[in-house]
Amino acid sequence: MTQQTRSSHTGALTGGVGVATRDVQLSLGSNHVLRGVDLEVPAASTACVIGPSGSGKSTLLRVVNRLLEPDSGDVLLDGRSVLGDDPDVLRQRVGMVFQHFNLFPHKTVRANITLGLTRLKGLSKDEAAERALVHLDRVGLAHKADVRPGNLSGGQQQRVAIARALAMEPEVMLFDEATSALDPELVKGVLATMADLAAEGMTMLVVTHEMGFARSVAQQVLFMDHGRVVEAGEPGQVFEAPRTERLQRFLSQVL
Amino acid sequence: MDALNTVWDTFFDLDAMRAALPDMLRVGLPNTLVLALFSAVIGTVLGMVLAVCGLSQHRWLRWPARVWTDVFRGLPAAVTILLIGVGLAPLGLEIWGPNPYPLGILALSLIASAYIGEIFRSGIQSVDPGQLEAARALGFSRPWGMRLVVIPQGVRRVLPALVNQFIALIKESSLVYFLGLLASQRDLFRIGQDAAANTGNQSALVLAGLCYLLITVPLTHVVNAIDRRLREGRRADGGPSETPEGTTDPASRPELAISQEPR
Repeated sequence: MTQQTRSSHTGALTGGVGVATRDVQLSLGSNHVLRGVDLEVPAASTACVIGPSGSGKSTLLRVVNRLLEPDSGDVLLDGRSVLGDDPDVLRQRVGMVFQHFNLFPHKTVRANITLGLTRLKGLSKDEAAERALVHLDRVGLAHKADVRPGNLSGGQQQRVAIARALAMEPEVMLFDEATSALDPELVKGVLATMADLAAEGMTMLVVTHEMGFARSVAQQVLFMDHGRVVEAGEPGQVFEAPRTERLQRFLSQVL
Repeated sequence: MDALNTVWDTFFDLDAMRAALPDMLRVGLPNTLVLALFSAVIGTVLGMVLAVCGLSQHRWLRWPARVWTDVFRGLPAAVTILLIGVGLAPLGLEIWGPNPYPLGILALSLIASAYIGEIFRSGIQSVDPGQLEAARALGFSRPWGMRLVVIPQGVRRVLPALVNQFIALIKESSLVYFLGLLASQRDLFRIGQDAAANTGNQSALVLAGLCYLLITVPLTHVVNAIDRRLREGRRADGGPSETPEGTTDPASRPELAISQEPR
């Protein structure tokens, strides 16, 4: 936390920090979900995690921001282990976007964003409202600030969720199948927002079924199966020349 | 014809009602409202504590909450009121003198807390776990996420059930007569019953009943109104920017919102 530069940017993003996991193991009940996962996402780059459902992708994201604590292994931000940190403080540095948006339905769009700013970041009401508008504007929804999430389309809700996460000025963004619950015609807008963010230099770890997005935006694609990273590399190599039989089979099913 | 007249006079003797009315309004109504109001407030606070304890990850919080709920929900109200009101009377006498109200309110609150705790618990449990996860992902601790995000949503959903419980409380408050009330401490029921006993005519008790209905029936309508608002509100509480002049029929708003998708 101390060496982190408190940038006062409002619109454009400065470079984030790198994320890495080392031999992460996690069992939930009798289910051995993560069986030694290593990954390395350099600062300001995007890594996409693909793989069949149940392979541990979403669980891996939740270990990175410690919504789930790994049984063993390590999680590093900016080259430093975060397992000894206060998890609540760590999560302010790591933004997360969920498959089902998880906006707070009893609050307006604006209040969804200002809640963390006033309560956690110590901003005044006015400062928070102002920053909320800046980030809503980024995702093209400033005119919806006073509406409740229930009155927005799924695509709009997800863009608000992205704005909510970005307003906390995270150093890393996690996306958990951010477009899987959307109607097909709404997927594009959300993916465009994510691609913009990647282009601006955010460090992103993206669990996705959108192979087109992975191919065009990510610098690195990781294929997970049965709690392990089976294959990783540049998108061109992973999609055009998969080495393992499991990835070949997976790609033939989804492409 | 005579028999009909007798029945009419027994229940609807206007003179008897008129005689009981002043006491009913000056003494009975305030006393009933004081009993119900205080027990509702204390019962709601205790109920929230019970609900939160009942959902705790710690066994030593969950377990006492469970026992408390089972006991006070399982006992007849009359038994609880007598046990507390009579059993603790010597203690009460020392603290606040010969007034049965504090113990009556305590007993009513304990009963209400058991029911209200279950109401809150079911409401809180019905909130999607993703809500707490999202709050924690923003950097809120679990207790703060519960407080700011989960509990407000859970409570909103059970408001109708909560008001129903308040109605029950207004009716059950009549049971404090078990504790022996001075003339100035009598509630609606007791005043009606006393007048009925003195005159051998039930009209005063009917009047008491009418007073209860005057309080409870509007409350049931409040329940229905809340219920309707919650059901429609989920789609139509779009806020001022959506309908600047408030002219739009609420039911037509959702389509409006979706058709405005800008991208």
